[in-house]
Amino acid sequence: MVKIKVGTATCGNAAGAQKTLEKLETLIQGQSDISLSQTGCIGLCYREPIIELEINGTKFLYGDVDETNAEKIYKTHIKDNKPITELLINQSNQHYSFEKQNRIVLKNAGVINPEIIEEYIAVGGYEGLKKALQITKEEVIATVKDSGLRGRGGAGFSTGMKWEFAKNSVNDKKYVICNADEGDPGAFMDRSVLEGDPHSVIEGMMICGYAIGANEGYIYCRAEYPLAIARLKNAIAQAEKKGIVGKNIFGSTFCFDIHIKEGAGAFVCGEETALMGSIEGKRGMPRLRPPFPAVSGLWAKPTNINNVETLASVGWILSNGACAYNKIGTEKSKGTKVFALAGKIKNGGLVEVEMGIPLKEVIFGIGGGIKNDKKFKAVQMGGPSGGCIPASLIDTPVDYESITATGAIVGSGGMVVLDEDSCMVDVARYFVNFTQTESCGKCTFCRIGTKRMLEILTRITEGKGVEEDIDSLIDLANKVKDSSLCGLGQTAPNPILTTIKYFKDEYIAHIRDKKCPAGVCKELITFNITDACIGCTACKKACPTKAISGEVKKLHVIDQSLCVKCGACYNTCKFKAITK
Amino acid sequence: MQKKGIDLTVLNQLIGEYKDNKGALIPLLQKAQEHYGYLPELVMSEVAKALNMSSADVYGVATFYKQFRFNPMGKYVIKVCHGTACHVAGVNILDTMFDQVLKIKAGETTEDGLFTILSVACLGCCSLAPVIMINDETYGHLNTDKLVKIIDSYRAKEGK
Repeated sequence: MVKIKVGTATCGNAAGAQKTLEKLETLIQGQSDISLSQTGCIGLCYREPIIELEINGTKFLYGDVDETNAEKIYKTHIKDNKPITELLINQSNQHYSFEKQNRIVLKNAGVINPEIIEEYIAVGGYEGLKKALQITKEEVIATVKDSGLRGRGGAGFSTGMKWEFAKNSVNDKKYVICNADEGDPGAFMDRSVLEGDPHSVIEGMMICGYAIGANEGYIYCRAEYPLAIARLKNAIAQAEKKGIVGKNIFGSTFCFDIHIKEGAGAFVCGEETALMGSIEGKRGMPRLRPPFPAVSGLWAKPTNINNVETLASVGWILSNGACAYNKIGTEKSKGTKVFALAGKIKNGGLVEVEMGIPLKEVIFGIGGGIKNDKKFKAVQMGGPSGGCIPASLIDTPVDYESITATGAIVGSGGMVVLDEDSCMVDVARYFVNFTQTESCGKCTFCRIGTKRMLEILTRITEGKGVEEDIDSLIDLANKVKDSSLCGLGQTAPNPILTTIKYFKDEYIAHIRDKKCPAGVCKELITFNITDACIGCTACKKACPTKAISGEVKKLHVIDQSLCVKCGACYNTCKFKAITK
Repeated sequence: MQKKGIDLTVLNQLIGEYKDNKGALIPLLQKAQEHYGYLPELVMSEVAKALNMSSADVYGVATFYKQFRFNPMGKYVIKVCHGTACHVAGVNILDTMFDQVLKIKAGETTEDGLFTILSVACLGCCSLAPVIMINDETYGHLNTDKLVKIIDSYRAKEGK
């Protein structure tokens, strides 16, 4: 018996998984001893498209499976029983980079078919909900509290306490909201969970609904995730059909309905009060708290709002008990956290690690180190609200308190690795540009302060910075932090403050020497071709503005008046003949 | 029923379907845009009437969200990812290339109505950076060479 699973999450599809799937479908047509199914993201994005082949119980994980390789695997491995070692990621059930991981939230992603509810149930799905319904609401909340689970959306507030507040609010109508508006650039944890294991999120929402006394829930998912929305809709429909969502669940008196709301593209809607405004059909602008959503939330009813990863952890906690969860992690940060590893890293993808693991283990152990063996410079954690942690602090344990102490935040879980070719002033400018665009405009300091900070940073990257700029930035950053209503403004200065704290010399190089040490800032670099040029013409072809001239086997020249400093030639040259 | 060259039949159906839902405005605008490709002024004022809101309120909500567009789009909408991973992978090279090949910048549409470029925050395929999406098709690990070939393939499809 041969089983083939193709990973068809967004990242897999982007790499061509649908074509691989179609190819395999044609190849195995009419063969009843070979089954083909789809699964979610297994987390090894750098080897997509990925397929898992199971032959008589032995599993083989293949990476880079495009149409050609799919046919090769079919002919050589399935038919002639000869594994193709150069494409294999592993040969057993445990992958090398999985060893340092502990998968609770991602346990089913890349394992089950997310479009078939029976597969979720077969691996113990909805057992947590069943268990919850057999105990009192107070006991459910006590279990979540004891587990030590903290909100995975970024703030890290105790989930059990949040539920308790909502439960204690007396009202005939309450709501549960799942915040799936994953907006941090460089973060895709929630997308993978929604695409690979949607039922785990539904189960978490229902347990929460039971505990706080709500019978209606909303999943607010960003419209940029069409596949996640499709899988959620399908999962809800299947659960309704099975009587798991709806009336008198598992024979109890508990009833619960779930709706999906598609976001319309506003980063600030990740903030809970803005998100609720958006569901109500208004501009998504944060409002003053208190009253907290637990007292007056969606349509002024008590509301509990949790992030995807938080809710996806709840079913496991109820099934396995609070102790099983709280023995993982550090004293204050319990359990596991999913991170999206991206940037200049070899093995980019999704990893789920126990809280407290050193950063070094994540980046160099699981992530395999820096691409092209360049020098590691920093890791940006927490997206636009986070900061840059320099190479010198690589031993920092990954938990809420230790990461916050560096000036960055654990945040939602984006980890973008930066190497020697990344300019830290440019990175700060990038994030401030992002928050400035996304500021809803309500608070003056966020609206205008971010704009002024962006102007200063832009001026520095253009070589027009002045000595006072650094102090002005710090001063303004602190004012924006103190005078903004919501998390967006309060954290927007973090990328600036951390880069100034750890990489002040780079700022000074831009301001004083008018140089960009990493060679990123366009206005401060010129590209030149050295004698090492062999005249291969590759750069000439790569140049979008036809600024390079030269004959075959002769030294090429860049016309600086035409050069737009895009760096295409630099990236193309195999002989290191282009300098900047 | 036709007003100013825009057929409102579908809109009226949608209004009938959504009008009585709580928080109907955004889903209604989303559905309307799905059909018309963008939000013409007339569509917004009709929605305002149906929901008993002022046109200004509807316009205020629509302009708050990036998803809503107020001009017709090209046949192929190119979303250029400007997420962190794409930024450090050098997506600005692609921007320069688009400028050269299509002669338009983000937010603009080519004269022949074939391409519109949109700059987006993050497409969530960070391991494939730099990434673009053309309608529903995603292209990863891009460089200038690949980009030109992709654009050419779309032009060839259209016989241009």
